Amino acid sequence: MGREPNLSVDEYLARHESKDLLRFITCGSVDDGKSTLLGRLLYDTKLLFDDQLAALEGDSRRHGTQNGELDFALLVDGLSAEREQGITIDVAYRFFTTERRKFIVADCPGHEQYTRNMATGASTADLAVVLIDARKGVLTQTRRHTYIAALLGIRHVLLAVNKMDLVGYDEATFRAIETEYAALAAGMGIPQVSAIPVSALRGENISARATAMPWFDGPSLLEHLETVVIQPPARTLGFRLPVQWVCRPDQNFRGYAGPVVAGSIAPGDEVVVLPGGARSRVARIVTADGDRTQAVVGDAVTLTLEDERDISRGDVIAAAGDPPQVADQFAAHLLWMDEAALLPGRGYWLKIGTRTVGAQVTEIKHKVDVNTQEELAAKRLELNEVGYCNLSLDQPVAFEPYAACRELGAFILIDRQTNATVGAGTLDFALRRADNIHWQHLDIDRAARARLKGQSPACLWFTGLSGSGKSTVANLVEKRLFALGRHTYLLDGDNVRHGLNRDLGFTDEDRVENIRRVAEVAKLMVDAGLIVLVSFISPFREERRMARELFAPGEFHEVFVDTPLAVCEARDVKGLYAKARAGGIRNFTGIDSPYEAPEAPEVHLHGGDQAPEQLAERVIRELLGEH
Amino acid sequence: MMTVLQTNPDDALAARQSHLKRLEAESIHILREVAAEFRHPVMLYSIGKDSSVLLHLLQKAFYPAPPPIPLLHVDTTWKFREMIAFRDRRAAEVGAKLIVHINQEGVHQGVGPFTHGATVHTDIMKTQALKQALDAHGFDAAIGGARRDEEKSRAKERVFSFRTAQHRWDPKRQRPELWNLYNGRIAKGESVRVFPLSNWTELDIWLYIYREAIEVPSLYFAAPRPVVERDGMLLMVDDERLPLKPGEQPEMRKVRFRTLGCYPLTGAIESEADDLPKVIQEMLIARTSERQGRAIDHDPSASMEKKKQEGYF
Repeated sequence: MGREPNLSVDEYLARHESKDLLRFITCGSVDDGKSTLLGRLLYDTKLLFDDQLAALEGDSRRHGTQNGELDFALLVDGLSAEREQGITIDVAYRFFTTERRKFIVADCPGHEQYTRNMATGASTADLAVVLIDARKGVLTQTRRHTYIAALLGIRHVLLAVNKMDLVGYDEATFRAIETEYAALAAGMGIPQVSAIPVSALRGENISARATAMPWFDGPSLLEHLETVVIQPPARTLGFRLPVQWVCRPDQNFRGYAGPVVAGSIAPGDEVVVLPGGARSRVARIVTADGDRTQAVVGDAVTLTLEDERDISRGDVIAAAGDPPQVADQFAAHLLWMDEAALLPGRGYWLKIGTRTVGAQVTEIKHKVDVNTQEELAAKRLELNEVGYCNLSLDQPVAFEPYAACRELGAFILIDRQTNATVGAGTLDFALRRADNIHWQHLDIDRAARARLKGQSPACLWFTGLSGSGKSTVANLVEKRLFALGRHTYLLDGDNVRHGLNRDLGFTDEDRVENIRRVAEVAKLMVDAGLIVLVSFISPFREERRMARELFAPGEFHEVFVDTPLAVCEARDVKGLYAKARAGGIRNFTGIDSPYEAPEAPEVHLHGGDQAPEQLAERVIRELLGEH
Repeated sequence: MMTVLQTNPDDALAARQSHLKRLEAESIHILREVAAEFRHPVMLYSIGKDSSVLLHLLQKAFYPAPPPIPLLHVDTTWKFREMIAFRDRRAAEVGAKLIVHINQEGVHQGVGPFTHGATVHTDIMKTQALKQALDAHGFDAAIGGARRDEEKSRAKERVFSFRTAQHRWDPKRQRPELWNLYNGRIAKGESVRVFPLSNWTELDIWLYIYREAIEVPSLYFAAPRPVVERDGMLLMVDDERLPLKPGEQPEMRKVRFRTLGCYPLTGAIESEADDLPKVIQEMLIARTSERQGRAIDHDPSASMEKKKQEGYF
């Protein structure tokens, strides 16, 4: 089918070029026969080469599950671990073409632990082929896959009820599954479901209509894939181009390169650059094939503007008459994809379009059980959980709701330490709160207050294990500063937990919130002109980084009181280690909760070796010599 | 530039965009992301048809600026002579910076496909050489021309494919990659392999070469060439280093190559296709996949996956 030897190359090219593309995923439970179905599709559409077939025959004898007959699953399970275990771990992309269409199919893993790989495949798909084993009916995995597909905006599902040969091609079995699934999909917001009874192993209703099921008069799976109409989003947006790269080969040319993700544009059209708001008109649409009179969705172009504007990567150039919204607070769905849980208040990188900004989840309104779609209260998101969250960004961004435009409504979250892609989300709408609270301008500023006090405000952040001597050293440092006539304040972990943070416990998410509040308070005090000493265990690097980033460069000084655990435990001033060892306290840092030592503290004190007075002297000497 | 197909700029829907335009735009987007997100990106230039398409896309992505990404060729010293001449000429024409790296240690030890076998030769002169070059120049992103339709483990690979500081690929722990939001953030020493042609097929490559009139080495076109038949493969006698076995006599046959690698490891096919339209015609009735001509893939199962884990492109 992919080979039409009698055409001239020009004719062939013309046909090739005019075909549209359908991207779809196959998903289903373990052993539903996904890979077999896909292998069968490739085999039936004659897209396998002779050497691939020969390799398949060999593999089928070695690893096959079909008693030496062709095992089509081995065609698509490409990793050796997958073939050994007979499971799919990661998504595989396959390509095939028929007379009518081109297809990219992403074969997705079914196991819950590989949900992130399924999401990877689903994010670029227009349609999902959901497989169900006719003997088993709708399973937990069916619900999960359908939910993830719906979450990522897939609106068309082709339900393939497989292994019909094993239920005697029974119509009633098929109809019951069809009815149950249609209700489930409708509840998740998938408007279009087409159900087809198939046998992937026997090739029934895959590329050709089944002879074994005369009671079914619908199209085969392949016919359906060839003819299904994918509707674009209802509302068509004005022009949108996220700037990827600024092209400046010489002084005379300044162009903004990027993809057109919505609308169209022509020279002379007025545009606005967001989030800044500068306006201009398009001068030229430049491509290597010559200037264009128009650019449309899907084009990769370079724009020049009539006026010189300060535009950089991450800005969005948009139609002036129909621009996207700009905001820094959102309601969003978030799929968590990392072994380390999402903690509200923790800082992550967020990439949307071509812009990367700092972001945090401020609140998890609820999480959704991906297996039952039940909404549950949550203070954190674990691997493969989905949450409906409030999101706060460091800077405003231009965006569209995901339903209207994937390119400006989808985002990923990146861990700031490991750089792993830990979350993927879809923006729903902007929260109005942020718009209504403006930063109040005050006439007396921090510089004025600092001048009056005759000192440079600073934050000294003491971190270390319980019993390391942080508070003792901080106390001595404050006394010295006081004696020198400095204006200071000491925030102590235990003391703050009696008041401001009395509502917080010692779980990871409460520790994050504990630090966030203290850091904000310290910031206000530095703003007031004080030298603030903070003495908190603050076990996580990420939160200390978050605290640091609240301050101006040079204002924040991390003091690591590095006392070995054994020494702290031997001291056990408050008797807490003994209790923790006895199981009386849970989540105790150093015992059953981690302490992440600073990598590059401004001051590194070895608490076991020197007297507190000497340590305090070092802090004064190293940090405050200039004060 | 030859334009066979009339594109209609008024088509407002992406679905109506021509197939090759869609692929081109996607690849250009990827290349621009690399230029924007990495400090020292490089493009692996292996002289073959996929590299020729990549080079063409590289020019288009940054036009009118010259490509801001240099080219790197890892020379195993066993490439077809014509490839080397072609490489030097094309790099000069494009105005791109070309870095050629040879594993001098391997040369010193006399490593070659005949003395050490395909596996050792490929590992030392290609995989190890590549790692040497990436380390020596401190490249944090390396763009390659691999496609997902080539081979089963490639079908699983991300567009931005993360590598540890030891250049290792962990296929069981790939970063999720949703939409076209590529994550270019890495720690010092780590790197990313980038595959802008992931979604192209072999046929797309040839049709694009035809439509854009991209120059490729003439080894792809059938011509009378001196070959010997060995282990079911037709090997071209490109220079005097090919040791002839007893009874082997080079003979002139009309052959061409579907892929270009080290000449002793790249099998020719007998063909009458001596120009681009004929090659494409032949593609349409081909019954073997292009990697069949590569000796290195015939190792026991999953050999490509293993090589990739070790740092091979």
